Amino acid sequence: MHDIKIPVGPQHPALKEPASFSLLLSGEKILEAGVRLGYNHRGIEKACEERTYIQGLYLIERICGICSHAHSTCFAQAVEEIVGISVPKRAEYIRTLVGELERIHSHLLWLGVAGHEVGFDTLLMYTWSDREIVMDILAGLTGNRVNYGINCLGGVRRDISAEQVKDMLKAMDTLEERTKYYIEVATGETTLIKRLSGVGVMSKEDVLRLGAVGPTARASGVARDVRKDDPYAAYAEIDFKVITDSHNDIYGRTIVRLGELMESYSIIRKVLKNLPGGEIAVKVPRKIPAGEAVSRYEAPRGEDLHYVKANGTDKPERVKVRAPTLANIQTVAFMLEDRYLADMPIVVAAIDPCFSCTDRLIALKNHEKKGRKIVTWESLRVEGIEWYSRQGIDFTKLNKKLKSKAG
Amino acid sequence: MNMSEEERIRQELLKNFNFLGNGIRVQRQRRIYAEVSPDKFFNVFDYAIEALGFCILSGITGMDEGEKLSFIYHLSSENGIVLSIKTGVAKNDPVIKTITSYFPGAEIYERELVDLLGTKVEGLKKGKRYPLPDNWPEGQYPLRKDWKKEMLQEGSKNA
Repeated sequence: MHDIKIPVGPQHPALKEPASFSLLLSGEKILEAGVRLGYNHRGIEKACEERTYIQGLYLIERICGICSHAHSTCFAQAVEEIVGISVPKRAEYIRTLVGELERIHSHLLWLGVAGHEVGFDTLLMYTWSDREIVMDILAGLTGNRVNYGINCLGGVRRDISAEQVKDMLKAMDTLEERTKYYIEVATGETTLIKRLSGVGVMSKEDVLRLGAVGPTARASGVARDVRKDDPYAAYAEIDFKVITDSHNDIYGRTIVRLGELMESYSIIRKVLKNLPGGEIAVKVPRKIPAGEAVSRYEAPRGEDLHYVKANGTDKPERVKVRAPTLANIQTVAFMLEDRYLADMPIVVAAIDPCFSCTDRLIALKNHEKKGRKIVTWESLRVEGIEWYSRQGIDFTKLNKKLKSKAG
Repeated sequence: MNMSEEERIRQELLKNFNFLGNGIRVQRQRRIYAEVSPDKFFNVFDYAIEALGFCILSGITGMDEGEKLSFIYHLSSENGIVLSIKTGVAKNDPVIKTITSYFPGAEIYERELVDLLGTKVEGLKKGKRYPLPDNWPEGQYPLRKDWKKEMLQEGSKNA
């Protein structure tokens, strides 16, 4: 059979964010997969060097709309280490609380997207409706549904009331009940099991070799979790299980995320029960003394690493972010090879990719002239065709043939 | 004697590579920093992976430090310790060797160093660039300290 190369993305109905895949197909089989990222690159690392630490904290939080707390906490921890202050216990517990609430919303969101990608849209409707419970809590607690802004350098901005604790405990009961139902669906619904089993397979050895992180790694039996291995915030004081699975496929990744949801409910209960009293923040100087720090955080998608270097001024010398998707995306090409084209959306979705996080790092304004330029639909179309033909994908012949047939 | 695991690693590295001298320090629990010249880099790097169990690459930070470009390889171990090994090369000829034979996943991190800092990575296989756009003007490296966004307009006129 004649091999054909097809482009998927950067804009594509099966993907929620821009990423470009080029797939070499033989019939329905993918022979080779190439990934091109960078479409969400916004120059955030460079922008941080031009801003104060406080501005940077808010900018960093906007790396991602889903795991924003992961990034802001990771950055704050690094700066606090350089200054040499310790955050009040109560603030560490609140950070942990928001972090776990974020994991719940992220995993529920993922479960819905995974359902959608395999044509199980009822699951999407159900999980996203449940996700509203946790979104409401986050909004009540922090003032925002996304980009919570709960962190400040030296602690957190808002305290929680006894009333909120009560509401949260109630919500955890509801969410736990719902998650038990999803576990029942995932482990009992034959259609779902068959669709997810044996798809996106990655052995433990491959995970270790390719360096996957988070639930993607844990579903192949790699029990790595920064919360356990390199505890931050309140995790050293809270007992929880690292959920792993040995299915090595998307089914396993579903089981792991569902198990992690149950763990998050239990962590939140423990946090609320043992919530220490006292201050929620300490003062951090505007100018940060020279120094460096590496900070790690277990984001919903896996290990997030920030490196901050301070030079004694109020602006950092360097801020580096390694988001979990950058570690995981390289496994996608591997998982797609020798698989069917129809598996592609779910294989990509199964690492729970977040390209905003990954690309974080300039809006290209008009090159030739100053000011803004309006791009017409036609010029966009022409640019698209030219771009693809530079990638070796050319439909001119096919178009001519179609035209002559129609004419 | 009660020596911390971090201190044990520091002393073992010093014993094997006495040239490290004051260039290796334990900043806090689970954080070790080492600095090494590029010609000795792989001796230390290889030893950390093979003998000390730093089998996870958590990322690579590239940095413009004026006369030179620096690279920090953040290696971590299963027990949560992060060893950051730093090395630097002259900015006018920034050549480093790839670490993809140790960590195939390092490919995309190294592509970032190529695009954003203008590093030449020897041994890095051909592939798509990351993360800058295909029409990004040649010779412009945004994470270098002398790069300003105004240069983008000047550069693209010639691109």
